[in-house]
Amino acid sequence: MRFLTAKRRHRAARPALLVLALLLMGALYAAVAPAARVSADTGNSQQVAEGKALFQVTCSSCHGMNGEGTSQGPSLVGVGAAAANFQVSTGRMPMANPGAQAPRKQNTYTDEEIAALAAFVASLGPGPAIPTEDQYSGEGLSPDELAKGGELFRTNCSACHNFEGAGGALPNGKYAPSLVGVSGQRIWEAMRTGPQQMPVFSSGALPDEDVRAIVGYLDTLHAQPSSGIAFGGLGPVAEGLFAWIIGIGGICLIAVWIAAKGARAR
Amino acid sequence: MAKPADVSVDSPALDTERPPEQQGLPAGVTNAAVWADERLGLASLLKKNLRKVFPDHWSFLLGEIALYSFIILLLTGVFLTIWFKPSMAEIEYQGTYQLMRGLPMSEAFASTLALSFDVRGGLLVRQIHHWAAMLFVASMTVHMLRIFFTGAFRKPRELNWLIGVGLFSLSLIEGFAGYSLPDDLLSGTGLRFVDGLIRSIPLIGTWAEFFIFNGEFPGDLVIPRLYMVHILLVPAVLLGLIAAHLALVVYHKHTQYPGAGRKDGNVVGYPLFPVYMAKAGGFFFVVFGVAILMGATMQINPVWNFGPYNPAQVTAGSQPDWYMGWVEGAIRIMPNWEWHLGSTTWSWNVVLPGVGLMTALFVLLGAYPFIERWITGDTAEHHVLERPRNNPTRTAIGVAGITCYGMFWLSGGNDILATQFKLSLNAVTEFMRVAVFVAPVIAFIVTKRICISLQRADAERVLHGSETGIIERSPDGGYSEPHRPISIDEKFTLTQHVQGKALEATPDTDGHGVAEKGAGVSSLRALASRWFYAGVIAKPTKDEIAEADHHADGHDADGHEVKAGKSESAGQISH
Repeated sequence: MRFLTAKRRHRAARPALLVLALLLMGALYAAVAPAARVSADTGNSQQVAEGKALFQVTCSSCHGMNGEGTSQGPSLVGVGAAAANFQVSTGRMPMANPGAQAPRKQNTYTDEEIAALAAFVASLGPGPAIPTEDQYSGEGLSPDELAKGGELFRTNCSACHNFEGAGGALPNGKYAPSLVGVSGQRIWEAMRTGPQQMPVFSSGALPDEDVRAIVGYLDTLHAQPSSGIAFGGLGPVAEGLFAWIIGIGGICLIAVWIAAKGARAR
Repeated sequence: MAKPADVSVDSPALDTERPPEQQGLPAGVTNAAVWADERLGLASLLKKNLRKVFPDHWSFLLGEIALYSFIILLLTGVFLTIWFKPSMAEIEYQGTYQLMRGLPMSEAFASTLALSFDVRGGLLVRQIHHWAAMLFVASMTVHMLRIFFTGAFRKPRELNWLIGVGLFSLSLIEGFAGYSLPDDLLSGTGLRFVDGLIRSIPLIGTWAEFFIFNGEFPGDLVIPRLYMVHILLVPAVLLGLIAAHLALVVYHKHTQYPGAGRKDGNVVGYPLFPVYMAKAGGFFFVVFGVAILMGATMQINPVWNFGPYNPAQVTAGSQPDWYMGWVEGAIRIMPNWEWHLGSTTWSWNVVLPGVGLMTALFVLLGAYPFIERWITGDTAEHHVLERPRNNPTRTAIGVAGITCYGMFWLSGGNDILATQFKLSLNAVTEFMRVAVFVAPVIAFIVTKRICISLQRADAERVLHGSETGIIERSPDGGYSEPHRPISIDEKFTLTQHVQGKALEATPDTDGHGVAEKGAGVSSLRALASRWFYAGVIAKPTKDEIAEADHHADGHDADGHEVKAGKSESAGQISH
């Protein structure tokens, strides 16, 4: 305690105390305050009202005051809470500027705001709801199911998203984004709602257990080690580039060195 | 590039003095050598060839990279054949790799997975083999470019050039066959691409496809057939051609870059033994080491990520290995031209960019030495290489060719370009459609101008010496930069080349108005010749050099005065 006493008039003592107090308050608040509700409960009229207010501020300039759509943006009637949750939580909506495709970016909404928006969009018409974990989780699948997920992925997804989900090009500046690090919930929502250029894979075509297999396959694939530097999983173009730069380039440097180390005739 | 290699000062001096009489080798060695010589006659053969002289330059090692990667390919390939099963029989996978568990696949793919995951060192050897294959074709390409730009294909080496073109084309087939063997999704897609190429051949395409695949694609025979092509047929032909290629190098003797004391009639360099034995042997290990390092640290062709081939599946980023990328690119940017005549289909959209372009490349490569000879009328033997600047039109043709190839090559990765550089796929494709025609023309003009400028700079250097970089101010305020005369050896190097002259058309009629017959120079040939030699800067003559030398002697510090009033950037130098 002598230390505290001695240092109580130190220059940094007051700011440090302030920070400590703030930390304490924050911790107390986190412990005492009620847990945030993140589910889009369409029956909760207050949440819908909040969502509508938020929607009219941040979305309506393109999608219309009631989500009916304008020349700038499509109607949101019937797209479902899953679509709103996917678009907003990945930062794709609201769109920063009209381009070929809305890019993934930093999401600035809180979970409650997204839930409110989703609840409002869900109230416009029936559509896919936000999935529960047992619908999309890739955990606890058998090797055979994972292998089947790989087969489903290569049949349905790899044509655009590349063999390991590294992404690929689509016409006119559009693209299929990389799936590395994308959560199972996002993949489920994207498959069911078909955001941007993506087609809808309905539960009639690919039931939830198939989505789980695909998610499980991708998670396992991305977790396994590669046999060396993988160059972003882009295939032979990247391999060829490095064969030239590192292989031929490196060997040529050594050739220059060997040629310079000659014997001089005396 | 074309300067002879500088030998570093700290290199050990080669002792040219005869060593004092030695006691001789141990009796065992001598006896064995005598025994072998009496039966094989090795002594005279080795005596002659071990002292064979080779010139020294780093760019002469490019072909060696190809040779050494071929040896690496043979060594690693033998290992791979021990485990690989070239069979398209369908099995259910029950091997080690869990993400393929229970999938139907060919034995070829299953054995590739086993090679990668179960055989000790198998994945490493597979990756070394694949990287070495990339290096093999790449080093052949750069070797060929070196030969082209230095004019090493000229008489008497035209046939060796043709052998080289043959080696290059066969290596593409060899590489493609190897790419197809694992029967993964990527190799199957590549096979389907080639299937399309074969089918696009007018009239006989479908029959040719059925002949090669033994029926409809994919059939169940193409992998065993490609296996035979990959491990027996093409390597055997490659080996034979490589032997002929090297034998001709020995017979013709190696070319050398121009320099003091180097003529068409001699070879200035070091003997095969011990200098090149050590250098080439060491370089082999370097190339092998680089291939192993690449195989150990860089992933290539991860077949377990691609999955087994299934004609119903495809993946974004389906590309061939780099050496077929330009054909892929040509097909990607080709407009969709197709004819239907009666019951036949003429797929110009595939046959022109695919079959047509490949044929065009190899025909042009093979014909070039003969075309150039026809244009220049140069029938002399050449053993001293040409510096690329001294033949501006050839150099420009070469760079235009590289540019054209490069544009097709980039088109082959148009989707990767689009995603990596945030471009529109359509914009890339449409740009390339124009660029494959326009970019080579721009490259030709720019290269030719650069070569001519370099010729001018050479002439300037010969006549006025090298700039010292010292600016002197005279008492009356003028600024000048003294030039230091260059060495006589450098002057020789810069002026030794023979400048060709454009051919003149022989008149159709002789002096009496009677039509000439027989071998003359047609007006077309004369036109081509004029075009070939257009713009060349005449090298300094003997008199000009003598006068310039005299001029430099007269002024001790050769003052090239920059007039004070003029802007320095204009570089106006007056004497």
